[in-house]
Amino acid sequence: MTDNDTTIKTPPVLTAKDFASDQEAKWCPGCGDHAVLQQLKNVMPELGVSPENIVILSGIGCSSRLPYYMATYGVHGIHGRALPMATGLKVSRPELNVWVATGDGDALSIGGNHFIHTLRRNPDLNVVLFNNEIYGLTKGQYSPTSKIGLKTVTSPSGVIDHPFNTAALTIGSGGSFFARAFDRDGKYLRSILKRAALHRGTSLVEIYQNCPIFNNAAFEAFASPDNKANHTVYLEQDKPLIFGKEKNKGIRLDGFTPVVVDLDKDDLSPSDLWVHNETDINKASILARFADDKALAEHILPRPFGVFFAEERVTYEDALTAQIREAQKNGCATLEDLLKGESSYVIK
Amino acid sequence: MTDTKKTTRQVNVTSKTSVSVLFAGDSGDGMQLTGTQFANTVAVHGTELNTFPNFPSEIRAPAGTIAGVSGFQLQFSSKPVYTPGARFDVMVAMNSAALKANLKDLHRGGIIIAGTEGFDEKNLKLAGYPEGANPLEDGTLANYIVFPVPVLQLTREALRESGLSSKEIDRCKNMFVLGLLYWLYTLPLEGTIETLQAKFQKNIQMADANIKAMKAGYFFGDETELFANLGRFDIAPQKQHGTYRRVTGNEACAIALTAAAKKSGLELFLGSYPITPATEVLQTLAKKKKYGVKTFQAEDEIAGIVSSIGAAYGGALAATNTSGPGLALKTEALGLAVILEVPLVVINVQRGGPSTGLPTKPEQSDLFMALYGRHGEAPLPVIAARSPVDCFYTTYEAARIAVEHMTPVICLSDGYLALSSEPWKVESPDNLAEIKPRFQPARKPEDPPYLPYKRDDRLVRSWAIPGTKGLEHRIGGLEKQNETGNVSHDPENHELMTKLRAEKIARIADNIPLQSIDNGPLKGDILVLGWGSSYGAIKTAVEEALEEGLSVAHAHLRYIHPFPKNLGEILGNFTKVLIPEMNSGQLIHIIRDTFLIAPVGYSKVQGVPFNEMEILTKITDLIKEIQS
Repeated sequence: MTDNDTTIKTPPVLTAKDFASDQEAKWCPGCGDHAVLQQLKNVMPELGVSPENIVILSGIGCSSRLPYYMATYGVHGIHGRALPMATGLKVSRPELNVWVATGDGDALSIGGNHFIHTLRRNPDLNVVLFNNEIYGLTKGQYSPTSKIGLKTVTSPSGVIDHPFNTAALTIGSGGSFFARAFDRDGKYLRSILKRAALHRGTSLVEIYQNCPIFNNAAFEAFASPDNKANHTVYLEQDKPLIFGKEKNKGIRLDGFTPVVVDLDKDDLSPSDLWVHNETDINKASILARFADDKALAEHILPRPFGVFFAEERVTYEDALTAQIREAQKNGCATLEDLLKGESSYVIK
Repeated sequence: MTDTKKTTRQVNVTSKTSVSVLFAGDSGDGMQLTGTQFANTVAVHGTELNTFPNFPSEIRAPAGTIAGVSGFQLQFSSKPVYTPGARFDVMVAMNSAALKANLKDLHRGGIIIAGTEGFDEKNLKLAGYPEGANPLEDGTLANYIVFPVPVLQLTREALRESGLSSKEIDRCKNMFVLGLLYWLYTLPLEGTIETLQAKFQKNIQMADANIKAMKAGYFFGDETELFANLGRFDIAPQKQHGTYRRVTGNEACAIALTAAAKKSGLELFLGSYPITPATEVLQTLAKKKKYGVKTFQAEDEIAGIVSSIGAAYGGALAATNTSGPGLALKTEALGLAVILEVPLVVINVQRGGPSTGLPTKPEQSDLFMALYGRHGEAPLPVIAARSPVDCFYTTYEAARIAVEHMTPVICLSDGYLALSSEPWKVESPDNLAEIKPRFQPARKPEDPPYLPYKRDDRLVRSWAIPGTKGLEHRIGGLEKQNETGNVSHDPENHELMTKLRAEKIARIADNIPLQSIDNGPLKGDILVLGWGSSYGAIKTAVEEALEEGLSVAHAHLRYIHPFPKNLGEILGNFTKVLIPEMNSGQLIHIIRDTFLIAPVGYSKVQGVPFNEMEILTKITDLIKEIQS
């Protein structure tokens, strides 16, 4: 189809700079999007995929400008529709490495239908969902993840919509991968993006991203050095859920109920705690509920970061390709076969 | 072989040129299957043929009611036919509702074959006949030739020893009727026997019962005194030698997309969402995996088109199919396809609107939406198919224009073409136009930068697909700078880009055939200008008008945007231009606006196609008007 260079050369070692386009990022100073862009550029060279085989698609919103700033192939689409566009591309060209940049409004409001259906189909896409709990590009209206009570230009008396829980929605939609990261923790974000890229299937990464203009400090509880340790727990496979400044708090499962315990006072050892297992959908579902407001308000449970859930499941494009291979096991039918059809008749 | 010309008794066989038959009954009576089988037999026999199924939008409307009537009309003939017939000569009415719903379209003096069990007290009441009235007995059908046949009773008798349940036996009654019609038109049973044997491969008992019921119907015709005076009929086969297949419009669209992919060397991707009456395009393509076709049943109409845009960006021949409400949902994405300048075929199978409207009935009311139904100025080519077979050629042409001009193309069909069928002489691959995608070749680091929106002399940009080294670029819905494709809010640039996008579509007129006159003189009193599925009715009406010596011609538009370059010249050669449309007048606006002439409109917005008599009457009236 194309005149690809067929001579074999040692590929040059690429760096983050090789993935930067010539366009200047036009996000506000201090916007969390800059940090996410930087980590995406950092992680790209680690994937071993040439830039021409990477495509980043997006919808509409601040985060959806991201493709313009990457030196890969990219399409800035229409509001909420990046996921079906990416699905069409991936189904048609399974060999490409396809990313989607989207936001809480783009993915969960106008694109909500595509969000749930893409997750259940599981095409191999890496979805980076920038969650700033606000509409930025339209200047400060509440989003489907805004907290109850948040006062915005369209909720002057406070938000009364119950917010979406991205993790619970992803797992409930049959998603095969969910992870959460934070714009301010670059190194960790980079590691999560890499995990997402390596997962075969739809990888959903929710990034808590600060909007300094319209919803500043929405995630401050997980950011400030004073609070961070007590309000966050970082998930590691096969490791107990331990957190706190002194690493002396843990989480135990009492039946289906997660309970915070004090390792010093309660006479417990780490082996008594909940051990993280990202292949356990039931535990992932409970982790997803850690984000509910009540938990935070009462300082009961810390907010989890990391890979909640990762399941090996056939991708949509692999399943379709397998069906086509099966149909073509006796060779690809010809144009002549097509035009003649299966019920032609001869008039003599 | 059953020798259909020989009968046990000497019944006269009369030759006829053409006959239009309607099979009508309750939705559950199997009339679509009966009609389809009859059509297959007639096609293989070698007569010309045109079919039209007409059924309610409910899967099972209340049995016995007018709402539940399902019909299958076909015309077969020794000469070319373009419609299922303005009126039918023969009506099979399996119940009283079927008779009541269709009697107005039966020729005076026409034949009614009535299944008497469908005319019992209960059925008559359900059909809304007054108490005590039975059209088979009360003389109200005196102007027709009525044959009351106890179809159910005779089927039961024939299958008494079949071992089937009484419910299963009763379901074979349509085959009895089919057999009777085969006898009446001296048609062979073998084709249907083979079909039934194949269909019920795993249930030989059922196959045998259906065949037996059909033969019982056939021999009933032979043995009863009922048809002694009428006799039998013979429509001589006239088809040219060759290999044929019968296709519906929707099947033809699906075959065309696959053919265009094969011919162009592209992979076909169809993103689609089920909607009546367009769904068979998706269904047909879902079965074409051995041709490498990829179908994606999306979660909604929007995802259907957007997934196709993604596939088109990746280098596939991408298409989506829908009907009015779906096209409305796709309009935002069409704007994206226009500004991205990627190839995309959108097949819109029109139905009665607005809203859910008449989902199973045809209309030509989406022309304005196809031409103008987008935000901003977003011109794109619009072409329309005229017949079931033409759905192939028009869809193929849509794919050619889309790929060669890097643009979305709307291809209009409608519910009439979608489900109607006609024989199609199997096309040779060599006769199909070449389709040449213009992929941008890989770029070396020392080469000048790649300019995604640099255009050739037709103003077409190149197709730079992911995976091609050195062409990494970003495009999107935001206005772009000329040539570089970078985001630009520059006022002058936006105006330039708007003009370039429009001019690019206008120049497609250089790459399409000139308009021809389908029939009639190049100059004269009246030009009937049609588009879409009214072709058959106009064609037949103009043929008759010409036979009557009227000064009339027929031109039928495939290319509605842009118009063929010579259209204005053709229109200028006639005193009056008559534009029949199954809408309140849409093409007429565009013709008036483009050519500053005053055509005469003729609207029909009833969810049923034009028939040739209506058009002929209109032509005759208009001629009188001109002459007075």
